[in-house]
Amino acid sequence: MIVSIEQLDGIAAAYRQKTGTYSKIVKICCGTGCISSGALKVYEKLNEAIAAEKLIDRVLVKKTGCHGLCERGPIIVFGEDEILYQTVGKRNLDDDAKLLLKTIQDGTVAENLLYKGEDKTKRYVSPRDIPFYSGQTRIVLAQNGILDPEDIEEYISAGGYRAIHKALQMDPAEIIEWIQKSGLRGRGGGGFPTGTKWRSCRDAEGEPRYVIANGDEGDPGAFMDRSLMEGNPHAVIEGMIIGGYAIGSDQGFIYVRDEYPLAVQRLSTAINKARENGLLGTNIFGSGFSFDIKIFRGGGAFVCGESTALMSSIEGKTGEPRAKYIHTVEKGLWDKPSNLNNVETWACVPHIINKGWEWFSSIGTPQSKGTKVFSLVGKVKNTGLVEVPMGITLNEIIFELGGGIQGNRKFKAVQTGGPSGGCIPGEHLGMPVDFDSLTKLGSMMGSGGMIVMDERDCMVDVARYFLKFLVDESCGKCTPCREGVRRMYEIVDNICGGNGEEGDVERLEELAKAIQLGSLCALGQSAPNPVLSTIKYFRDEYNVHIRQKKCPAGVCKALTAFMIDPGKCTGCMRCASECPVICISGEKKKVHAIDQSKCIKCGTCYDVCKFDAVKYE
Amino acid sequence: MVEFAINGKKVLAEKGETILDVARREGFDIPTLCWHDALGSDGRCRLCMVEVQRGSRKRVVTSCLYPVENGIEVFTESPDVLLVRKTVLELLLARCPNSDVIQYLAKEYGVSKARYAPDNDKGKCILCNLCVKTCELNVGATALGMSGKGPLKKVTTPYGEPSHDCIGCGACVAICPTGHIYMEDRNGVRMIWNKRFDLARCPKCNRYHAPVEQLEFIARKSGTPLEELLICPDCK
Repeated sequence: MIVSIEQLDGIAAAYRQKTGTYSKIVKICCGTGCISSGALKVYEKLNEAIAAEKLIDRVLVKKTGCHGLCERGPIIVFGEDEILYQTVGKRNLDDDAKLLLKTIQDGTVAENLLYKGEDKTKRYVSPRDIPFYSGQTRIVLAQNGILDPEDIEEYISAGGYRAIHKALQMDPAEIIEWIQKSGLRGRGGGGFPTGTKWRSCRDAEGEPRYVIANGDEGDPGAFMDRSLMEGNPHAVIEGMIIGGYAIGSDQGFIYVRDEYPLAVQRLSTAINKARENGLLGTNIFGSGFSFDIKIFRGGGAFVCGESTALMSSIEGKTGEPRAKYIHTVEKGLWDKPSNLNNVETWACVPHIINKGWEWFSSIGTPQSKGTKVFSLVGKVKNTGLVEVPMGITLNEIIFELGGGIQGNRKFKAVQTGGPSGGCIPGEHLGMPVDFDSLTKLGSMMGSGGMIVMDERDCMVDVARYFLKFLVDESCGKCTPCREGVRRMYEIVDNICGGNGEEGDVERLEELAKAIQLGSLCALGQSAPNPVLSTIKYFRDEYNVHIRQKKCPAGVCKALTAFMIDPGKCTGCMRCASECPVICISGEKKKVHAIDQSKCIKCGTCYDVCKFDAVKYE
Repeated sequence: MVEFAINGKKVLAEKGETILDVARREGFDIPTLCWHDALGSDGRCRLCMVEVQRGSRKRVVTSCLYPVENGIEVFTESPDVLLVRKTVLELLLARCPNSDVIQYLAKEYGVSKARYAPDNDKGKCILCNLCVKTCELNVGATALGMSGKGPLKKVTTPYGEPSHDCIGCGACVAICPTGHIYMEDRNGVRMIWNKRFDLARCPKCNRYHAPVEQLEFIARKSGTPLEELLICPDCK
């Protein structure tokens, strides 16, 4: 049982002494991305090799949370950011294990496991030098690739659970004041001032009060909260304990979607360890304050990320939202005052308490403070998680951290904010990223999904994709969302299928407005955004689909035909060998041809041709 | 007392009343489908939307749920309100093309034909949830619920099978605003929700009047002897 700061210091010192006996520390990223790239096999193989070489007492191989550079997984880091190896074990596990062993034994850096720069000649040894990392400001993700998420002692040795100790010496009102002054706003998408929410909940009548962490991340392509829950669960827990103390709650819930089994497992382990050490439970640090956390697993409905639907779900009812004319801070879970924040918001809290609100509010823009984690995905070279200060431009995120567009194609748009967000075109890439500027552009910050699209992405098809997602994920409670979004989908699907009619765009706009005004919850109210933002910036593309029955990006199958330019085709046979339906014929060094009757218009031939000989129209 | 304005007219209300309560009392016409005076509403149909202005902030809200506030101005037929109402009716007409109630309301708001392909698998159900609520809250049987989400959402008994909890009372039929729920009494048998109920015969007039299961349910709940309940309301 930990009841004093001295005990925390003792645990930290003991941990440092234990790890100090190792001459090498090797950290293998065991986030979901790296695990699916084979990190666990690398972990086993390396441990076998170390055992065989009798190095077990000298080398510590650790599993850590997500490093962020998921595109290049599995990632391995030596020591304190001394060496970063990427795609370890992807080509040949045995060979790579030998290289790792060599690095361990005599420090030889394995050149071919290093991250390579844009020109393929520059190799980076330390992650600190890689633009993907050096352009970031990591606060909530700072410990993600460093700590073993299942080791509470390591979290404590890295300064963990000191924020709650400090908070317990403060008056709850003072903590709320700090959170308010820090300028922290909700990271789940709403951007509501966290301190204001906490105060309203503390001031609300009724007992008991509840604090809830929303880990029901459901936006396609987004995995910020997942990485946090998997990579640093104690930070989320510590934030919630502080929130519980400030608000006057003794019970917290973490709502995690069941599709995140690793997050559920690591959070459960962390909660149990915190409980065993007296950091959760009764009389924390002898302060008289008691707090505990339960995990609630969500069944996979996107709408349960909405606060009222989430609370219904915890109550055991259908996950349907309700009108929020009476806020959940007054009547939330079981009609009691409830304070719900996103996982990332909770993870910011210990840092604010440890380093002070002045420090946090010194980062970011006047209205949006601190940092934000984005999952940078799509046609960008470095996909993965990035944490950047608010106010950084889209340009910096996509072209500096992200390394630009794959295959050096032309950037077309970036989709932010998930299905509720919108597509932002190139002319606004200089825009600083914060809550208000993205909303002004017709998109939103959302929880931090960022999907980069190039000239081969059709904006009408993108709108169609998000509409389909929302049609399926609408809970069906209210008419405009349930019926209206599927009718919008029908119209857009028709346009993509070559059956668009003059007036369709105007009909979409009219229907969109009615859905925004008339829907019950934020899912419906924001559902038209992907359509409206693509109409706003890419109206011509809609018109070309409707009037000329053509898809300029060559995506909509009914409107696209791929052809081989006889003047450019060298007869290399690449397209013919890659075509999944074998509809390209031609002999070596002779011009090839596509059988239009068999072509499924997947665009593989276009993507693989090195001579620019495949065209589409 | 709360004082505010509806379409420019000053009105008074009790704290806790909704805009819809007050507007109807004051004679303003606001259409509803999912609201019922015995059960209130969950804000599903979105027909009762009105615009509320507080200071410079205007927004469209569900009048059936919005609690009255001092000083607000309510507009029941602003352009935004009419857009939502008309759209909702057009969408419901496409969902339930054979519902006379929807046809009538749609026509009243200028929608004679929906611009969308009509559904043929939804019957007349608009998912107002009144049947589910009356079964649970008024009857106490809880035989109905919603299954699925999005376009697949529907009212059903568990797994679509004849429900053990259904007593065949027909409260769901009576409360349904569009007449979607099928119930038939023939030759002493009632069919509803795919379940057969034997009807009880009144010992005095010899007329079939209620399912035996329903009378047994009432007897259990109220303690009234079944023999007494077997006598039909007309003969009591």
